[in-house]
Amino acid sequence: MESKKAQATPLWRNKKVLPILIQILFVAIVGVAITIMVRNVQTGLEQIGLKIGLDFLNLKASFPIAESLISYTPEDPYSRAIIVGLLNTLKVSIFGIIIASVLGVIMGIARLSSNWLIRSLATVYVEVFRNTPLLVQIFIWNFAVFLPMPKIQDASSIGSFYFSNRGAAIPWFTFHENTFIWIGVIVILAAAAILLYKKLTSISIAKGKSTHPIMAVIVFLVISFILFYFLLGNGPFGISVPEFNGTAFVGGTSLSIGFLSMLVALSIYTSTFIAEIVRGGILGVPKGQTEAAKALGFKSPTALRLIIFPQAIRIIIPPLTSQYLNLIKNSSLAMAVAYQDIVGIGNTIINQTGHTFEIILIMISVYLLFSIGTSLFMNFFNKKFQLVER
Amino acid sequence: MKKSLSLFFSMLLVLVLALAGCSSNSEESNTNNADDNSTSSMLDTVIKRGTLKAGVNDALPGFGYIDSDGKNTGFDVDFARAIAAGVLGDATKIEFRPLSATDRFTALQSKEVDVLIRNSTWTTNRDAEVGLSFAPVTFYDGQGIMVPKDSGITSLEDLEGKTIGVETGTTTELNLADQMKAAGVSYTPQTFDNADAVIAAYESGSIDAWTTDKSGLVSRQSMLQDPDAHVILDATLSKEPLAPAVLDNDEKWKDAVSWIVYATIQAEEFGITSENVDEFLESENPEIQRLLGVGGNNLGEQLGLPNDFAYQVIKQVGNYGEIYNKNLGPDTVFKLERGQNALYSDGGLQYSIPFR
Repeated sequence: MESKKAQATPLWRNKKVLPILIQILFVAIVGVAITIMVRNVQTGLEQIGLKIGLDFLNLKASFPIAESLISYTPEDPYSRAIIVGLLNTLKVSIFGIIIASVLGVIMGIARLSSNWLIRSLATVYVEVFRNTPLLVQIFIWNFAVFLPMPKIQDASSIGSFYFSNRGAAIPWFTFHENTFIWIGVIVILAAAAILLYKKLTSISIAKGKSTHPIMAVIVFLVISFILFYFLLGNGPFGISVPEFNGTAFVGGTSLSIGFLSMLVALSIYTSTFIAEIVRGGILGVPKGQTEAAKALGFKSPTALRLIIFPQAIRIIIPPLTSQYLNLIKNSSLAMAVAYQDIVGIGNTIINQTGHTFEIILIMISVYLLFSIGTSLFMNFFNKKFQLVER
Repeated sequence: MKKSLSLFFSMLLVLVLALAGCSSNSEESNTNNADDNSTSSMLDTVIKRGTLKAGVNDALPGFGYIDSDGKNTGFDVDFARAIAAGVLGDATKIEFRPLSATDRFTALQSKEVDVLIRNSTWTTNRDAEVGLSFAPVTFYDGQGIMVPKDSGITSLEDLEGKTIGVETGTTTELNLADQMKAAGVSYTPQTFDNADAVIAAYESGSIDAWTTDKSGLVSRQSMLQDPDAHVILDATLSKEPLAPAVLDNDEKWKDAVSWIVYATIQAEEFGITSENVDEFLESENPEIQRLLGVGGNNLGEQLGLPNDFAYQVIKQVGNYGEIYNKNLGPDTVFKLERGQNALYSDGGLQYSIPFR
């Protein structure tokens, strides 16, 4: 009976064979499609006499790049120009993510504020910046905000921060021989501070009386810093202040208006999405938690910090990751305002060498790498917070 | 279970069909492309299609821009029209594709345009590595620098420490780096991806100077808010021969484009204009007969063009001098001297290969 039944099952209804067959079929179709595309590319490039290869990356780039985190001259090869672009993308992305996160959390909480004015302002902020195209916002920041600023000769200043239509010149850190010693000192002090905090907290729990652990740690750190400052003769780093020499600012660091436009536009645009995610996360925590906190006598901010936010963060992290990824990918609009990111520099190289295919592949790989890196990092965070769940 | 399985199957079917559609499409275009290469050239494609797709500039007055009536006009645009007139017998059978400096070569490589006439400089690298082939030079140019008059800058050396704007992906970007290095001047380059952005930054004073071909500077100066407040430095940074470009490995198409350009120059040498070309049809001069394809001459046919291609070009668009004067000459706002672009017989560089 048993064997007869098995024989009776036709192949197209056999649940053991079918999924495998379908998968084989699917892989075959994808394989054929990819082969056709690759062949198409090859024949297309052959026709116009172009060869695929990465040898051209060692040739002299011979075009200048305005801002670079590493030393770069037109004598350097294309590969170095690509690295310059990659670092510029990274620079605007990392600062963008930091600022967008801070702004987003503030705005998200503000949207839930019991204060009518704060709540309304936050709502207007979110709705205005979330519902207009990013490219338009970038143009507005560049052409309507930063370009009409005063010329560099009569740059307006706030303290040692100078603003002109060349960009911003701001004080920046300089490093000296004691910087390394200071880094060591800071690591040791941080470790000591954590130990002190843990010790005092456990004493406080054991005795049931507050030992003011945070105050103690701050006092400890301040005293040690002052001590080491006199011991080493200077601080962990120097500060260099920008000065105008007639044509440009020297000292400090300069932020071009392209960079500023991108940074401001990306941060604000992404922060509105983060604000909504934060708001959703907080609202996602059951109301009973807030009520319980109130019943136990927690003040509103304390309840938010200690009870609501730690639970909300579990809901927040996964969609937050995709916002970070969006920000990284949106940074490719930088070309519109003359900020030389990987796409801008890549396009220049395409134009000069004609190696469109290879450069586009490199660009895709770079964004893929950044995105996967960010994803992995955020997943790691996610796991950490998920573990707390009971 | 059964329901979801059938749903899955129907989705798979859709996917398979979509993929099959894709693959057969790409295969088709594949064979098409192969045909283009082995048996026919872009020339046949254009004739079969009945229109010419020309990549042009849309933001450089005098050379290629869109006028107040929404029509493409300019020196380069007229040469594109001349090619349409020569190949198809009708200067209006043309589609213009506005291209930026960065995407122009990719557009040509991907066959989005048949010919690129967008103030592009002929260089070794573009001829070889980028896979282009250049027709004769239509405009001999040189790179210059524009600065505000009140800046007091008169030479390259005065640009020490200044910020100079340049369009990305251009030869000017590279020449600037070379020339400034040779002059020992350090400067900050600011690269923009289109000319409008350079101008916006320049007019606001965000950059101290900007550079491009001198003809481009002159043409752009006319559009500034206060044209008289700006000067173009005397220094010429480079040679910029601007020429129409087609894809490499298509001699037939390149020849057609080249000889149409030569026809405009040859016509000027003979004094044939769009107005008097009909009279020349009766000419007894064998050279003129060969150019216009009358009296049993078949030079056009040899090129794969209509025999009267030169006649159509001259009749519908004009000779080189007419095209020049109409777009850049003394009656226009630019008032550009012919200079190097005069005929060789007038001390210039424009010279037609003999029609024989």
